[in-house]
Amino acid sequence: MSINYRNILPSTQWKNELTRHAYGETLVELGSTNERIIVMDADLAESTLTRYFRSAHPDRFIEMGIAEQNMIATAAGLSKTGFIPFLSSYAIFLTGRAWDQCRNTVDYARCNVKIAAAHGGISVGKDGPSHQSMEDLSNMLSLVNMTVVVPADQIETRKVTAWAAEYEGPVYYRLGREKVPTITTDESPFIHGKALEVVDGSDGTIIACGIMLSQAILAAELLAVDGIYPRVLNMATLKPIDVEAIHSAADETGAIVTAEEHSIYGGLGSIVARIVASSHWRVPVIPVSIENRYLTSGPPEDLLEIAGLTYIDIATALLKSLAMARGEFEVGGVRILPEMEKGDIRELKFGG
Amino acid sequence: MADYMTALFFKYLNIKPHKPNWEDRDRFVLSNGHASALQYALMAGRGYFPRAELLTFRATNSRLLGHPSSVMLPGIEISTGSLGQGLSVAQGMAMGCKLAGKNELTVYCSCGDGELQEGSIWEAVMSASHYKLDNLILMVDANNAQIDGYVEDVMRLEPLVDKFKSFGWQTIEADGHHMQSICESFELAQIRTGKPTVLLFKTTMMKGCPTYENIPGWHGRPPTPEECSGMLKELGFDETYEEARKTLAEDC
Repeated sequence: MSINYRNILPSTQWKNELTRHAYGETLVELGSTNERIIVMDADLAESTLTRYFRSAHPDRFIEMGIAEQNMIATAAGLSKTGFIPFLSSYAIFLTGRAWDQCRNTVDYARCNVKIAAAHGGISVGKDGPSHQSMEDLSNMLSLVNMTVVVPADQIETRKVTAWAAEYEGPVYYRLGREKVPTITTDESPFIHGKALEVVDGSDGTIIACGIMLSQAILAAELLAVDGIYPRVLNMATLKPIDVEAIHSAADETGAIVTAEEHSIYGGLGSIVARIVASSHWRVPVIPVSIENRYLTSGPPEDLLEIAGLTYIDIATALLKSLAMARGEFEVGGVRILPEMEKGDIRELKFGG
Repeated sequence: MADYMTALFFKYLNIKPHKPNWEDRDRFVLSNGHASALQYALMAGRGYFPRAELLTFRATNSRLLGHPSSVMLPGIEISTGSLGQGLSVAQGMAMGCKLAGKNELTVYCSCGDGELQEGSIWEAVMSASHYKLDNLILMVDANNAQIDGYVEDVMRLEPLVDKFKSFGWQTIEADGHHMQSICESFELAQIRTGKPTVLLFKTTMMKGCPTYENIPGWHGRPPTPEECSGMLKELGFDETYEEARKTLAEDC
C-alpha cells in the first residue's frame, strides 16, 4: 500500500517559491482587468512586493507611509466609494497596532477591504519576535465579518487573491517572508470555506494550514513507512471553518492533530478542538502550535524546530492521538509515556 | 456644533435623503460618533426617516444606535465610535472621489477637539496634505470640553492653527455659533486650493442654556426630563420635555 495524494504533488516534486511574489504578480494581473482595484502599502512595497503593482498601475497605488492605522481606515473609505483596496504591511503591525481600525471601521461596517499580511508566522526568522507574528490569526478570527485565510503556497496565494477581488466583504489573509514549497497545482481547487483533502487516509487526520501543510504531508509520508496512513486536510480558510470536514475527520478517522504556525491561543487548534469537543468528545485533538513563548532571531528552519513545528512533531502528535483514541498507551510496540521526548520516539519509531 | 452642522446639512451637503446611496452625493463622516443624536436629528429634519423614530434613540433594536452604524441606518456613510478613525475614512472617500474623476464632490468630516489627542488623527492630517485632498473638509468642534475636564487641562492641543498650518492645511477659524461666519467659512473651504481645509469652529458647549453652558461634566451625561424641560425653556421653546416628545411621536 502506498500513500494516496489528492490534488497535490508529493514532496519529491516540491519547489520552494515566494508567496508574496505570487501576491504581487496576481495584483498586477487583476489590476489590468479590474479598474476598481487599488493597492496600498505602508512603506513596505519593496518587501511585500506590491511594488510590482506600483510599477504597472501607478495611478492606483497609494503609498501611506509608516502609518498602518491610517492605511486601514483610509482603505475603508476607498471601499465606500466603490473601490476594492488590497493593503499590505507585516502581519503583526496590521493586526496588532491597527486592530481597532480593523474591528471598529473595516469589520463593523463590513467594508470591502482586503488585508494581505506579509511576514506572517515565526518563519520571518532573523528579525526576531518584534516582527514575528504568532497572534495575527486569533486577532482576526475574533472579528465578526472577517474571512480569514492562510494559503499554503504560491499557487494557492494566487487563487485566494483572485477570489478576494470577487468576494464582497472584509478578508484577511497571510503571506510569508521565506520561500515555501509549492505543494498545490493549478488544478487544486480553492473553495472559500472548504477544506481540501490532500492525502487520503483513515489513521487519524492532520488538519493543517499555511506552511504547516508541507510539514503535515512530510509527516504523512514518514508515517506511511510504518504503515500508518493519516488523512491530511488543507484548511486554508479558518473562518468560516469547514465544520463538516472536521466532523467527517472525527467520525471516519477517530483522532485529530492540528498544525499551524501560530500561538496555541486562538488559532486553528482552538477552533478544531472547540468543534470536536462539542460533538465527538471521545476523539482526541492534539494541537501542534507555538506554546506560550516568544522565540528568538535565527534562520526559519531553526525557529520552526525550536517552536516544535516540524513534521517530526506532527508525526509524534499523530501517534499520541491514535494511542489516546484507542485508550492505549502503546503504538506499534512503542510505549508512549508522558515524559518521553519527541527525539526518543523518532529514534524508536523511525530509526532517527 | 448644532449650529454649523445645521448649516452643513441644510445648505451645503449635496444629498438626496430618499436616495441615500446616490452615487454623486457629498459624503459626511461623524468621526466624533458620540454626537450621533445631532446627526440623527438633522437626518430626520432632511427626511431620511420620520422624526418619531428619534424617540427610539439608543433603545434595543433601534436603528439609531448610541454611535452611528452604517449597517443599520441608510445615510450613515460609515460606522464610527472609536475616536480618531473617521478622518482617515473621510480621506479614503476623498481619494476615491478624485480617483473616480469626481473632484466636485466634497467629503466633510466632523471631529471633536478632544478627539485630536488621538495619534492616528495626525497620521491622516499628514497624508491628506501629502495627497493634496482639497475636496476634504474637516470641521473641529473647538468647545474645549472633554470627559475629564477642559481640553487645555486634560491634554493641551494649542496652538491648533499653527499645527494644522504646519502640516500644510488651509486653516480657517470661525465663531461656530455665528451663522454668517459659519456660511462664509464653508464657502471659502469649498474652493479647490490644492490643500485640505480645516474649519476650527470655536463653540461653547450647551450654548443658549446659560445654566448649563461650558461645563465639561455635561459632555457625556444625558439630562433628566426636568433638566431637559429647563434647557428647552432657556432655548426659547414653549414645550416641556414631555410635550416635545409627544410632538415628535406624532411625526411618523
